[in-house]
Amino acid sequence: MKPRTRWEAVCTVDDLVPESGVAVWTEDGPVAVFYLPHRLPALFAISHTDPFSGANVLARGITGDLKGEPVVASPLYKQHFSLRTGFCLEDDSVRVKTYPVLLDGEQIRLEVPVTQRESIAA
Amino acid sequence: MSKKTLIVVGNGMVGHHFLEQFCASPAAAGFEIIVFGEEKQLAYDRVHLSEYFGGSTHADLAMGTLEWYTEQGIQLHLNEQVTGIDRENRTLETPRGSYRYDELVLATGSYPFVPPIEGNDRPHCLVYRTLDDLDAIRASSEGARTGVVVGGGLLGLEAANALKSLGLAAHVVEFAPRLMPVQLDADGGALLRHKIEELGVQVHTEKATKAITEGQDARLRMNFSDDSFLETDLIVFSAGIRPQDALARASGLDIGERGGIVINNHCTTSDPHVHAIGECALWEQKIFGLVAPGYTMARTLSAALNSDQEAAFTGADMSTKLKLLGVDVGSIGDAHAQTPGARNIRFNDEQAGHYRRMVISEDGKILLGAILVGDNSHYDTLLQYALNGITLPENPETLILPESQGGAPALGPDSLPETASICSCHNVTKGDICGAIDAGCSDLGSVKAETKASTGCGGCTALLKNVVDNELEKRGVEVSKDLCEHFPYSRQELFHLVKVNGIRTFRTLISQHGRGHGCDICKPAVASILATCWNEHILATDHVPLQDTNDTFMANMQKNGTYSIVPRIPGGEITPDKLIVLGQVAKEYDLYTKITGGQRVDLFGATLSQLPEIWEKLIAAGFETGHAYGKSLRTVKSCVGNTWCRYGVQDSVGMAIRLEDRYKGLRAPHKVKMAVSGCTRECAEAQSKDFGVIATEKGWNLYVCGNGGMRPRHGDLFATDLSDEELIRTIDRVVMFYVRTADRLQRTSVWMENLEGGLEYLKQVVLEDSLGIGAELEEHMEGIVSTYQCEWKTAVEDPEKRKRFREFVNAPSQNDPVQEWTVERGQRRPVLESA
Repeated sequence: MKPRTRWEAVCTVDDLVPESGVAVWTEDGPVAVFYLPHRLPALFAISHTDPFSGANVLARGITGDLKGEPVVASPLYKQHFSLRTGFCLEDDSVRVKTYPVLLDGEQIRLEVPVTQRESIAA
Repeated sequence: MSKKTLIVVGNGMVGHHFLEQFCASPAAAGFEIIVFGEEKQLAYDRVHLSEYFGGSTHADLAMGTLEWYTEQGIQLHLNEQVTGIDRENRTLETPRGSYRYDELVLATGSYPFVPPIEGNDRPHCLVYRTLDDLDAIRASSEGARTGVVVGGGLLGLEAANALKSLGLAAHVVEFAPRLMPVQLDADGGALLRHKIEELGVQVHTEKATKAITEGQDARLRMNFSDDSFLETDLIVFSAGIRPQDALARASGLDIGERGGIVINNHCTTSDPHVHAIGECALWEQKIFGLVAPGYTMARTLSAALNSDQEAAFTGADMSTKLKLLGVDVGSIGDAHAQTPGARNIRFNDEQAGHYRRMVISEDGKILLGAILVGDNSHYDTLLQYALNGITLPENPETLILPESQGGAPALGPDSLPETASICSCHNVTKGDICGAIDAGCSDLGSVKAETKASTGCGGCTALLKNVVDNELEKRGVEVSKDLCEHFPYSRQELFHLVKVNGIRTFRTLISQHGRGHGCDICKPAVASILATCWNEHILATDHVPLQDTNDTFMANMQKNGTYSIVPRIPGGEITPDKLIVLGQVAKEYDLYTKITGGQRVDLFGATLSQLPEIWEKLIAAGFETGHAYGKSLRTVKSCVGNTWCRYGVQDSVGMAIRLEDRYKGLRAPHKVKMAVSGCTRECAEAQSKDFGVIATEKGWNLYVCGNGGMRPRHGDLFATDLSDEELIRTIDRVVMFYVRTADRLQRTSVWMENLEGGLEYLKQVVLEDSLGIGAELEEHMEGIVSTYQCEWKTAVEDPEKRKRFREFVNAPSQNDPVQEWTVERGQRRPVLESA
């Protein structure tokens, strides 16, 4: 059975910070949304929770690329996470959740799993 | 042809090293290899055993992996003790079976010597040798308050450190009149004792323990032969080691009078098919209780088993360099001057706590030995002189004098002969390193991988880097100074590009002079350069994504994702009203409050969205940001000076405030700290700072390029008796020259060490203006000083910048579900994951 999801509106373009991340609260917990205007695609979304510390901080890391892979460096212990796949570049046994993300007019939407029946209808 | 069988008894550091050497050699193909280890763990690094209490695990300390043993086809039997050897039939017995061998290697090591004291077998009487021993010590420390180590040698002091790290009040009891009697002389031992006692470990020398009985206030009582006694909850015996030779003895091999399996130069015992290496082996009546000689034996034996008749063990250098309880101790060669005719040169700075002694030959040409306590920075150079018999300079005392008193700079890599041993753990010479470079290694990492240099104790890291860089440069290989994969330039080159081309954004710089999109290495480095050149607000739109989280949010991120806040308190001087505000704010937001090492107040535990409100309250009370988050001027520490102090000769608080206000906000390659002391008693500890100012009767003495941190360094005296204006002009110039020419994250101390010409050159540039840039440096500093703004204030007053401080941009009322809190000593702190 396909997991049930919905496209949740999380913020607008104005809330984004070019070349950096912001944190949003979703039904699936805290998510970091990154806006990299100089590449395609320009939007990425991964879990905001740093798996090495358990703290909700990934949106506050420095973005960039390593050998062409778009990454964010955790602000706590500096591991790099691929913004495409969520894999940790220093330890490929660690991976953070990634979320499909799209620009819908001025709205940024994330595809998040749904747990409650009412949300599916929404 | 069927394979022969080689059995190794013992899986310690030396046994493991032998296997590594042997398996990589041609002879390994002809053998099945079986290894027996009495402990249940794979060989581990016993040298760093005390780190086990600091949080290291067996995996961190392990020498190899099970996979490696499998790959080599080695049959590994751990937790299986060998109980007998039948040399006639060449078989071994263990409780699980009988094994035939063709060649047998005994690497059984040693066991701790427990002096024959009545009561030494009581509960809580322990030894310090294996991970199991450490587990036993840890278990015994539950509910204990004090612990005693019997034995003030090298291992004993390690054990005392371990007890300290378990939170026990630690004592050391030594039979001899001083600590480390083998390596140190009376003066060195006394200084070490003084330093260790300052760290809270009590030392009792010339004490012989008669009996251990039940204690009254603690679990045990140690009764000494002078009728005094000491009560303690646990006792760790660390009074030396004895070779583990029981198995060899029972099988009839030749054993020394005082123990140890007798071996020849090829590490073979009295039976040509049985060999012994490491601390169980006795060579020319000597047992070697260090790992390096054991490794040499392992290599010798491996070569001998490859029919290399040239390979011979010919003794070992017993020089040691250690940090015991944080105190540097070094001992080289003939430290006690036992060579006939030997002469001594001693340097003893009681105030700084540095003791150095050189033992030189009768003709004054050769260094025979040395003792260092308190500061090991001269060790590498002295060791090279001693090991390689390099002729001493005309005034050999310059080798141990401080640089400010005419001491000679370190021995350059060029002056070392090819035979100079660079890494004694793995016996790597300068010749080996040159060979590796000739064979194609083109950077430090590959030289390390190829030669194993600097992969043992790591004491040679700095020397190795010098030799490698020097050799690469000699071969015309450019040592890569690239900042990262995005910029083929050093920080200094980028600084020039930015300055000369008037570049004001990262994007312009990377599109014109770099490639890709940048990373967490180049972005903050460029942000720092831009700030130094143009001094725009760090949260200007173009600069926001370049900053580390601390700079972005102008506070220090802590382990649970919350931040700590340090308001600026120039010179450490604060009014009662301001103190009250700090208390009120801390109370309102339930912030953990602590005085920092630099005399400021740190408020911990604020969430991202609380930061602007908290700053508003602090700003209203007259505070501004303390830049504790930036690579920038942090604090100017001060003593109270002549305003209150009976001894002060200048106004140290006034000068500290003046300096702090002048340089606040300045961005630098690394954080910068300063201090001002009002007299030579140096209560502000100014010499440990990047810029240290000490008052004299006639003005100010300036020390530069000192630091605390991982590799502490005292500053060098730069100029004396300066007036206020001269002092500030001199600091302006040095700071600016540093900011422009240092590498990314390079402290002033490392910067100066790498500056060609060192202190003398810096003096020429700054004091004599040899480059003619003095005025430009001052002007640049003046520009930065005049464009200062409080970053907090600019951030809270700008609604756009304030938006960055929302925890979740779509849910302003949603708090960050940070990890749990608990209360300790009356304040809130995060719950630690694994206590």
